[in-house]
Amino acid sequence: MMLIPFMTAGFPTVETFWKNLKELDENGADIIEIGVPFSDPVADGPVIEAASMKALENGVTLESILEGLRQRKGQFKAKLVLMGYLNPFLQYGFERLAKESQEIGIYGFIIPDLPLDEDAPYRKQLSACGIHLIALVAPNTSLERMKAYAEVATGYVYVISVLGITGVRSEFPPDLSDTLRRARKAFRIPLALGFGFSSPEQLDAIPVADRPDAIIFGSALIRHISAGLPVADFMRRWVGKV
Amino acid sequence: MRKGYFGDFGGCFVPESLVPPLQELEAAMAKFLPDPQFQAELSDLLCNYAGRETPLTFCPTLSKRLGLNLYLKREDLLHTGAHKVNNTLGQALLAKRMGKTSLLAETGAGMHGVATAAAAARLGLTCRIFMGADDVIRQAANVRRMKLLGTEVIAVESGTRTLKDAINAALREWVVTQKTTHYCFGTAAGPHPFPLLVRDFQCVIGRETRQQMLDRTGRLPDAVVACVGGGSNAIGMFHPFVDDPSVRIIGVEAGGTGEPGCYHSAALGRGTPGVLHGEYTMLLQDRNGQIEPSHSVSAGLDYPGVGPEHAMLQATKRAEYHPVIDRQALAAFQALCHEEGIIPALESSHALAWVLDNPGQFAKGANVVVNLSGRGDKDMDIIRKELGI
Ligand SMILES: Cc1ncc(COP(=O)(O)O)c(C=O)c1O
Repeated sequence: MMLIPFMTAGFPTVETFWKNLKELDENGADIIEIGVPFSDPVADGPVIEAASMKALENGVTLESILEGLRQRKGQFKAKLVLMGYLNPFLQYGFERLAKESQEIGIYGFIIPDLPLDEDAPYRKQLSACGIHLIALVAPNTSLERMKAYAEVATGYVYVISVLGITGVRSEFPPDLSDTLRRARKAFRIPLALGFGFSSPEQLDAIPVADRPDAIIFGSALIRHISAGLPVADFMRRWVGKV
Repeated sequence: MRKGYFGDFGGCFVPESLVPPLQELEAAMAKFLPDPQFQAELSDLLCNYAGRETPLTFCPTLSKRLGLNLYLKREDLLHTGAHKVNNTLGQALLAKRMGKTSLLAETGAGMHGVATAAAAARLGLTCRIFMGADDVIRQAANVRRMKLLGTEVIAVESGTRTLKDAINAALREWVVTQKTTHYCFGTAAGPHPFPLLVRDFQCVIGRETRQQMLDRTGRLPDAVVACVGGGSNAIGMFHPFVDDPSVRIIGVEAGGTGEPGCYHSAALGRGTPGVLHGEYTMLLQDRNGQIEPSHSVSAGLDYPGVGPEHAMLQATKRAEYHPVIDRQALAAFQALCHEEGIIPALESSHALAWVLDNPGQFAKGANVVVNLSGRGDKDMDIIRKELGI
C-alpha cells in the first residue's frame, strides 16, 4: 500500500519543514502532500488549522514554497502534490501557477474547496501542463457523482473516510466500506484513503477486499512534528506494516 | 447566466462533503417555496409573530435639515429587533419541510443568532449558534437572549474571533450534522443557493417599501439606501427596484476607524475578487490571497467579504457603494435618537450617516428611503464606551 504523508509547508519552522520533507522522502513516502497555508481552512480541524496559522506567522507564501521546491528540483523520489484552498492559488494567477508547477515537476494539486461543479477551467489549465487535479470524494458522494468525477479524474482519488473535517480519530465510521466500494466501482485509478489515520491497526477494521491502494495521514503527522519528534520515526510505524 | 452566479460572482466553492446538503437545499427550495401552503404559513408568521408589515416612517426634522424627504423602512420594529427574522422564519419553515430537526447558524452582532434562536423555538427545532469569541464579549446581551431562547452558543476562538471565523466553524459543524440539521445562513452570501434563498426571504422589505411609497407619494422613491455587511438587508431592499432605472441604489459599507491604513469592512469599495466561504466575490485580502482582518464599530458589518449579487450590481454600475467610518455612524446614531426619537442599530446608522453627510448628492425634495435594518438596544455597551453615555 502506498503511503502519502501530508505536511503543512513552513511548519513548525521553514527550515524544519524542508528537512522533514527530505526525511519523509527518504523514509518510505510514495507521494507527499504539501499543505499551502490559508487563513480560513474550512475543511480542516484544529491541528492542521493551527499548523497553517503558524506557517503564515512564519511568513510562508505560495511563492516561497514554489521557490523552495525549485531550488530542490529533482531531489525527491516521491511525487509531490500541493494541497491548498483555491484563493491563494487564484491570487497567484492560476495559469502561471500551472506553468511554474510543471517546470518544478509537481505531480498534482488537491483543492478541497473546488468541487466538480466548479473545477472545469482549473482542471483544464492544470492538465494542459500535465498536472493532475486530484478528485476528493466523501461518504455522502453518490455513485453517480463519483462516476461523473471518474470521467475527468486523473492521478489518484482522495477518499475522505468520514463526514467531518481533518483530524485524528480512533475509529472509522461503519459506512467506510460502502464508500470504498462505491469508489472502486466508479474509478479506474488508485484510491487513497484519508482523514483520521493515526495507526496502521485502524486498517484491520476494513475488510481486505475493500482496502484502499494508499493511505494519507496529516493531523497525526503534524502532531508528531509538533511534539518535536523525527518524521523518520513516524514513517517507521507504517512502512512494511500496511 | 451560469447556475449560482451573478455575472462573474457567486458559485459554490465548498468541500465535496457539503455539495449534497446544498443540492438537497436547492431541491427543497424549488419544491416548497412556490407552494401556496408554505407561503401562507410564512406570511402568517411574518405578520402575526414577527410584526410585518413594518411602517415606513417619515422623518420631519431631519428632512427639513437636509432639504429632502427622508423615510425610514422600520425593520427595527420587527420581533427580535432586526430584518434577520424575515430570513430565519423562512429558513426554519423550510427546514421543517425538509424533515430537519435542528438549526445551525453563525452570528456576528448576534441579531441573526437571536432571530434563528427565536424561529427555532417557535417551530420546535433545536439550535446551535457559532459566534466569534470577541463578538461574544462585545454583544453580550444578545448571547443572553439566545440562551434564554433555548439555544446553545459556541464561542469561536480561532482566527480573528469574529464573524468570518464563526462561519468557518459553522461550515465545519454542518459537514458532520447535515443529516438532521439545516444551516440557517444569515446573509445573502456564501455558497449557492444561499445568496438566492436569503434574498428571496428578504425581498419583502423592498416590496413593501415600493407599495408604501406608491401609496404615500404616488411614485417610486428617488433613492433607496442600506448598509452592507454580507448584504442581506440591502439586497432585500434593492432587488425589487433593480429594474426601475429611476431609483438610485446606494449601499453603505463600514469604513472602520478612518485613518489611513486602518482595518475596515469595505469589501466592495476597496477589496479585490477572490474566493471565501464558498463564493467568488469581492474580498479584503493581501496579495497572497490570505483574508485580512476586518473592522467596524458595528459587529454586524465586520466581515471581509460580501454577497455576490452586490459584487455584480457594483460591476454593472446598477448600484453604488460608499464607505462610512465609525465616527460618522456614531454621529448619525445620535442624530436619529435626538431628532426623531428612534434608537437605531450601529449597522443601520452607517446607511443613515451617508445620507446625513451627503445631502448634496440628492436633488432638492428628493424622496430617499433608508432601510433601518435594526434597533440599537444591542449596542448599548459599545455606545457607553464610544460616547461615554
Ligand atoms: C441590524 C443589522 N443590520 C445589518 C446587518 C448586516 O447584515 P446584512 O448585510 O446581511 O444585512 C446586521 C448583521 O448582523 C444587523 O444586525
